Amino acid sequence: MTTETKYRVIGTRPLRPDGVDKVTGRAIYGADVVLPRMAHGKVLRSPHPHARIISIDTSAAEKVKGVLAVISGRDMPDVTGSVAGGEGGDINMRYASNNVMAHGKALYEGHAVAAVVATSPHIASEALKLITVEYEVLPPVIDVRKAMEANAPILLDDLRTDSGGVKSESASNIAAHLVAEEGDVEKGFAAAAVVVEHEFTFQTVHQGYIEPHACTAEWRSDGQITVWCSTQGSFAVRQQVAAILKHPISQVKVVPTEIGGGFGGKIPVYLEPVAAMLSHKAQRPVRMVMDRTEVLMATGPTPGAYIKVKMGADADGKITAAQGYLAYEAGAYPDSFIGAGMLCLFAPYKLTNVKIDGFDVVVNKPSSTAYRAPGAPIAAFACETVLDEIAEKLGMDSLAIRELNSAVEGDWRAFAPPFTRIGALECVQAAIASDHWNTPLVKEGADGKKRGRGAARGYWGNWDGVSSAIGRLNPDGTVSLLEGSTDIGGSRASIAMMFAEAFGVEYAQVHPSVVDTDTVDYNDVTGGSRTTFGTGYAVYKLAKKMQGEIVEKLAEIWEVAADAITIDGSCYSSNGHSATITQLAKLFEEHGVHINASITAKGNNTSGAFATHIVDVEVDAETGKVEILRYTAVQDAGTAIHPSYVEGQMQGGVAQGIGWALNEGYFYDANCKLKNATLLDYRMPTALDIPPIETIIVEVPQPTHPYGVRGVGEVPIVPPTAAIANAIYDAVGVRLHALPMSPSNVWEALESK
Amino acid sequence: MRAIQYAAPRSLSDAVAILQERGSKARILAGGTDLIVQVGENVRDVDTLVDGKRIPELMKLSFDPVTGLTLGAAVPCYRVYEHPEIQSHYSGLVDSASIIGGTGIQGRASVGGNLCNSGPAGDTIPTLIAYSATARIVGANGERTVPVEDFCTAPGRNILQPDELLVSIHFPVPPAHFGAAYLRFIPRNEMDIAVVGVGASLALDDAGTIVSARVALAAVAPKPLYVPEVGYFLEGAIPSTEVFAEAGDIARSLVTPISDMRGTAAHRKHLTGVLVRRTLQRAFERARA
Repeated sequence: MTTETKYRVIGTRPLRPDGVDKVTGRAIYGADVVLPRMAHGKVLRSPHPHARIISIDTSAAEKVKGVLAVISGRDMPDVTGSVAGGEGGDINMRYASNNVMAHGKALYEGHAVAAVVATSPHIASEALKLITVEYEVLPPVIDVRKAMEANAPILLDDLRTDSGGVKSESASNIAAHLVAEEGDVEKGFAAAAVVVEHEFTFQTVHQGYIEPHACTAEWRSDGQITVWCSTQGSFAVRQQVAAILKHPISQVKVVPTEIGGGFGGKIPVYLEPVAAMLSHKAQRPVRMVMDRTEVLMATGPTPGAYIKVKMGADADGKITAAQGYLAYEAGAYPDSFIGAGMLCLFAPYKLTNVKIDGFDVVVNKPSSTAYRAPGAPIAAFACETVLDEIAEKLGMDSLAIRELNSAVEGDWRAFAPPFTRIGALECVQAAIASDHWNTPLVKEGADGKKRGRGAARGYWGNWDGVSSAIGRLNPDGTVSLLEGSTDIGGSRASIAMMFAEAFGVEYAQVHPSVVDTDTVDYNDVTGGSRTTFGTGYAVYKLAKKMQGEIVEKLAEIWEVAADAITIDGSCYSSNGHSATITQLAKLFEEHGVHINASITAKGNNTSGAFATHIVDVEVDAETGKVEILRYTAVQDAGTAIHPSYVEGQMQGGVAQGIGWALNEGYFYDANCKLKNATLLDYRMPTALDIPPIETIIVEVPQPTHPYGVRGVGEVPIVPPTAAIANAIYDAVGVRLHALPMSPSNVWEALESK
Repeated sequence: MRAIQYAAPRSLSDAVAILQERGSKARILAGGTDLIVQVGENVRDVDTLVDGKRIPELMKLSFDPVTGLTLGAAVPCYRVYEHPEIQSHYSGLVDSASIIGGTGIQGRASVGGNLCNSGPAGDTIPTLIAYSATARIVGANGERTVPVEDFCTAPGRNILQPDELLVSIHFPVPPAHFGAAYLRFIPRNEMDIAVVGVGASLALDDAGTIVSARVALAAVAPKPLYVPEVGYFLEGAIPSTEVFAEAGDIARSLVTPISDMRGTAAHRKHLTGVLVRRTLQRAFERARA
């Protein structure tokens, strides 16, 4: 479903600029950077989920031939303050420093406690075994509700609970208690004909980017630090490295490589400051590459959680009240995206009586970070399964109740001004009209398997942030477009398309490249579904600025008044003169004129993106195994700049949502040890587990963007878990209140039915 | 830095000599899909890899209508499932060989390697037991032949002495009206380790009565588990869904699996019953065909 196009370039599907390098293996990723005299770093990690570090003896490791240096927490500067981290807000640098190298305490299994640099990675690995760390093992706590208990082991002695700006007197694992409230929930529940309330539990889940964290750092004797790394934000890396190492920002340059997936997990730094410090000690460039187990144990994950949701509706299906209690596991250090979870919990619905309590809680697990719509998928799982049950109790169609209650422009949402123009209702209506929803499902599969259909909705707010870009008109009429937004989902293509549209040239004339932090001006991270919106806005302004410069120079050459020059696409005319940009480029070269411009811009993204998903499943009730038969994702893209990459984002989000729904989750034993830190046993879906995913793009333009762009990358992961749960219920009549809905969990639920 | 010795003998006697010289830290390398990972992750303490792929007996794959199938220990899975006579006479072996890892893994991984790795969840081992396969072993003191059900002893351990290697696996010629199958349960649809695996075979007489049956289980015990009680129950029975379900109940009553990251004990016990029934049904359909 696309609207009549008014654009030349936007809405077409050109080849991506990075495609050939990627499919031919030429693209340079984080681990591919090679420098002369390069040495190799490895990290020693805590085997205990909670322990005080009494002493670290590195003398034996230092004596190994080929070992250049060994560092631990005492080699890292003491730091305070915070730097911009992106959509999650500022990054507390003391916590970030302690996370990359433990100071005093190890707070999770896999926490870095020391690092070795050697002439080969094998020597570094062998030397790690010779480091002796004396620990005082402390009792761990890995469950959010246990961590909130008064007598729980305390992770951070200085942590006080922040309740609306008021700090608790004693130390607590609860970093914050947030409240969002509107109307009167008690009155609302009293007016309801049906009230449904459930408790939900969620495991820790990892982003699962295929490229492990990798970087190369060189700290030269003149103080200049250069870092090559795979990251979602080269400027965020620059600021974190500078802050953790107490180094001037101007002396840190970050060169972003291609990135093999990030999903939010490549915003914080893990290896970069360590590699730089090892380089400082060894006086050589140092490369560090994590293995998969390190990635799963020490980076990423999205919070495990406990959620309670209560919703009521009147006899017509109108929601009268909604209440939520969300407790998220931040991992070792505060910030679990609890606020985002609260914002998204009930966002698709028009609510007049609502109360949400949110708790950000530290536990002895890896420090959580953003994962694609962080905090939202598990919140949506709770809301959307409860609402499904209300619809069933009222005898209503599950999409009809969602249409009836849909939020529209002007409606309330948590922690933000009321919605501006949004496409929430349009997505539900497109789902209701879809081929999928209107094709009857045969409820019996082969061998007695049961089939069911479910639907769910999701919301994710879009961030705007700051973007910069540089444009250079070359003498042949092509344009070099320099960007600082690392490209994790085809953004080079869509940004070049918006520039081409605005500047009046063809897509093929624009050559975009992602450059280092010394070459382009400041850019916020690629995250928060902001890049196509924010960097697209910046290159629109850049194109207009370059047109202004062309007019100014042309006025001098043509000897006419600037305001007498008219622009029609690529054609500039005035008083009998007329020339295309390509002709002008040559003319400017003859006159020694160069059109170069740079822009730094911050857009204003006021609403966000909605999605409605439909799924058919088949359940083997004897084993509990769930197969996905058919999947349709409907999403408001505002304007789909490059529809193939919008569809790709939708499909990718669904694929990750299917993994989260069915099998993914950290498995801990009775001693709080992680037992599945491999891709064999941390079961992400494979190609055989994901059906073709149908996509329906709805286009309700975002009013504050010149091309109506909405961020599309994150919201498609929000509805899948709930849609699949609702489909399982339709198939076999059990409602699941925990993820993952693995075969053993589904089977157990069927057994206790 | 740790160094690993590599040897590539061209005869069984050379291989045995190397094993004798290097002792218990030497290990035969077939496809390496388990071994190289285990050495890299320090799961097995190995200082010498003895490549078996240059030894003709380890790469031999031949079928004889009188004596049966000889499968060299290092023959990769793809040669097994692409072999026409294995496809027509040993379809249960095709079941196992074609689900190990993924296509890329099957280009290297061998059935013999799966047996010598002796994992409780090895996907070929129940099938070998169901086919009454035997393991031909050669060592410093000569040669011996052992039924596959007696080969594994504990997770990752087996009866091979430090100077011995598995040469080949021998399968008897299937009798008339014989069928075998392997089914496993995994949460995903590929690249997974069995939560429960079942290998089963049935031989029928001309009237359709079961004359012999063998069932073996993966991932429910410290080693692949032969459950002769299920075979005894089936002998003399007329095949039916009910009989196979009862056989599943018997198998379920015999296992005491553990809970771990791959599955719960209760779910494994339950799946044992379901999969024994389904595997017997598939073996029966092949026996009848």
